[in-house]
Amino acid sequence: MDLSSIQPGLLIASLMVAATPILIAALGEMVVERAGVLNLGVEGMMITGAVCGFVVAVQTGSPLFGFAAAAGGGAALALIFGLLTQMALANQVASGLALTLFGLGLSALLGQSYLGVRPPSTARLDIPVLGDIPGLGAVLFAHDWMVYFGLFLTLAVWAFLRHTRAGLILRAVGENAEAAHALGYKVVRVRLLAILFGGACAGLGGAYLSLVRVPQWTEGMTSGAGWIALALVVFASWRAGRVLMGAYLFGGMTVLQLNLQAAGVAIPVEYLSMSPYLVTILVLVIMSARRNQAPGDLGRTFHSAR
Amino acid sequence: MYYPLPPRPCSANRDYPRQTTAIRETRVTEPLLRISGVTKTYPGVIANEDVSLDIHSGEVHALLGENGAGKSTLVKMIYGLIRPDSGGMQMNGAPFTPTQPRAARAAGVGMVFQHFSLFDALSVAENVALGMEDPPRQRDLAARIQDVSQAYGLPLDPHRIVGDLSAGERQRVEIIRCLLQDPRLLIMDEPTSVLTPQEVDILFQTLRKLTDEGVAILYISHKLEEIRSLCERATILRRGRVVGQCVPRDSSAREMAEMMVGSSFAAPARTRRDLGDVALEVRALSLPPAHAFGTALRDISFAVRRGEVLGLGGVAGNGQDELLAAISGERRAARDMVHLSGDPIGHLGPAARRGKGLLTVPEERLGHAAAPDMSLTENAVVTGAQRRALVQRGFVQWGTARRFAEEIIAQFDVRTPGPDSAARALSGGNLQKFVIGREVLQAPNVLVVNQPTWGVDAAAAAAIRQALLDLAADGVAVICISQDLDELMELSDRFGALNEGRLSALRATDALSVEEIGLMMGGAHGMVMAHV
Repeated sequence: MDLSSIQPGLLIASLMVAATPILIAALGEMVVERAGVLNLGVEGMMITGAVCGFVVAVQTGSPLFGFAAAAGGGAALALIFGLLTQMALANQVASGLALTLFGLGLSALLGQSYLGVRPPSTARLDIPVLGDIPGLGAVLFAHDWMVYFGLFLTLAVWAFLRHTRAGLILRAVGENAEAAHALGYKVVRVRLLAILFGGACAGLGGAYLSLVRVPQWTEGMTSGAGWIALALVVFASWRAGRVLMGAYLFGGMTVLQLNLQAAGVAIPVEYLSMSPYLVTILVLVIMSARRNQAPGDLGRTFHSAR
Repeated sequence: MYYPLPPRPCSANRDYPRQTTAIRETRVTEPLLRISGVTKTYPGVIANEDVSLDIHSGEVHALLGENGAGKSTLVKMIYGLIRPDSGGMQMNGAPFTPTQPRAARAAGVGMVFQHFSLFDALSVAENVALGMEDPPRQRDLAARIQDVSQAYGLPLDPHRIVGDLSAGERQRVEIIRCLLQDPRLLIMDEPTSVLTPQEVDILFQTLRKLTDEGVAILYISHKLEEIRSLCERATILRRGRVVGQCVPRDSSAREMAEMMVGSSFAAPARTRRDLGDVALEVRALSLPPAHAFGTALRDISFAVRRGEVLGLGGVAGNGQDELLAAISGERRAARDMVHLSGDPIGHLGPAARRGKGLLTVPEERLGHAAAPDMSLTENAVVTGAQRRALVQRGFVQWGTARRFAEEIIAQFDVRTPGPDSAARALSGGNLQKFVIGREVLQAPNVLVVNQPTWGVDAAAAAAIRQALLDLAADGVAVICISQDLDELMELSDRFGALNEGRLSALRATDALSVEEIGLMMGGAHGMVMAHV
């Protein structure tokens, strides 16, 4: 056992990378749930985004187009969910689960001829002055641009929900759809837009896995990241800051347990592998134990004719 | 159709109307809102048929009618939530066809909803901003909320979370939301059902102040005495049609009620009855609040005798729901805190208490007293299983259950296609008759009801009250928790008020004045009088 091989700086640098896909997907799902919709299809939208992004990036040679396609693919899948639940008034839980299964199958089909291909590498964002700080610069300021996009998105989602009128309307729709409708707000439209945003975010998170984190395409490569993102939203009490914290905690534990495995710690590998899930959920459960802060109308079908 | 004649009092045998000054003044001007020949049909139902009425600036115009008479449809059309099939509206002489609430608000129409259209998790200021077209920044809005609330005597802290507010305070949020838009027409749907008498007084002062400023108010209420004291004119709807207009001050409440119903009905009759032994006794009952927005029960003691009706008043949220839950057994207390016919039952659950004859009807019809998506038969089984032997050896006796449901429907005049209808499909009054009837027909020893006639039309309310009085006459102890003081005065032998989880001393009802009751209820609940 050689714990000295674990370097804190490298650990932080790699946890930021490990956390980014869950962070982006969870932020999207959080917006969806704040609008009162429970979309359990995050896993399916993530893997669809992963394959769409991968295929387009390989074909065009541009990771940027890849990410754009990933967002589009995730949103397209989310649109199916949106039409089913908002227009056809289908059950949200069942539709979401179906979406996950559909996404897993669809992605396997689309990615068949891309197994073992290497994607173009995503550019690092070289931040001029900050990146030159010795030690800290390499750890915090020398990542690819999607890492910073995730952080920016956290801030943007927080500011949107907290400070803008559109954010207020979205929260109102999620809190009490009947009342929002009575005041003349378009509940279905707001929810559809939120669902599309959630799908795009899940797609981006998935593409980050296939284009940066891994980087290659394998079937079922999200391996439960979508479910973690879903759980994260609940345990983060539907707040952007806590989603960030939870995602980084989860990313940190993932990287740490990999390092511990590599260092040959005398704990069975299975326990180490489950530790990120256990620790993240435990911490967030304790933090969110005080009271139920779920949006009032979460998961309830809204029917305007009543 | 437009009424060319001045409004007449409801009854024909009265003198020619003594017109109030308000009417004389407003009649010379053009009406603020003229509704002419509006019709709206839904598949199988005519919600409004050829409805016409005029509303003038500076008047309080009452809209009367039973549940389902088409009042909500009409106001929803004015507020732009529904579009009429035919007929039109004019605002100040110009065509008025709002296609959405936004357009109606822009034209100066404000609405205070019956079931408040508020968002519990948001702050007062955010709730107000959602009801405005072009809200200022939150900081400026908070200042404006404070200004308006001072000007109209409706104190409100813009930063509080709405979920923490009392019903009266929530209504203030709605009213202020409308006032900030400088409305010319304010629609109020059953505004006083949750207020103390003092709060009602203050609301009326606010409304009068508004009419003095030229605002027109369209006032929907079931409380006819209230309409008589506040409104200059009344339009009465029955089955979607205008059946009459009258000057409420010149008509009796009974006449108006009979016009609403279309026939006369008997007012509940009280018979003298002898009180028996103590049936239910609560001793020093204290319980912590069940959830963050709940109320703690503090040292509540009372006893009810067989044949007695005990009325418990109080503003909503002062422990009514909690007390009902503690008596029904939904929340358990210490063994000795509740006694039924002398036996301690405080530790027993609802089923055991029901088995001993302690039956309850909670306030919330849909979701608490009845399961919305289950049929009436199924709902009958839910509480009647034990006392009506609807379950034997673990199997539901559906035949017996259906007959029980049919018995309730027949005896309590529940208007429904049959026992297979979902509870959700019934109107409020009919469902309330059903859930009350379901307990009454189980031959209770003690019946506890919470808000038995909330949102129920006059005829159904009279039937429910009569059923409760009949039950007491048969020697059942009845506890009626209600926010409708007229109802409590009519029904109960003794009266007590809940205030912040405490119960006032119980007093005989016939010796009480409204002022005393108001003081028992804990005064005006944070209200200050408007400095008019």
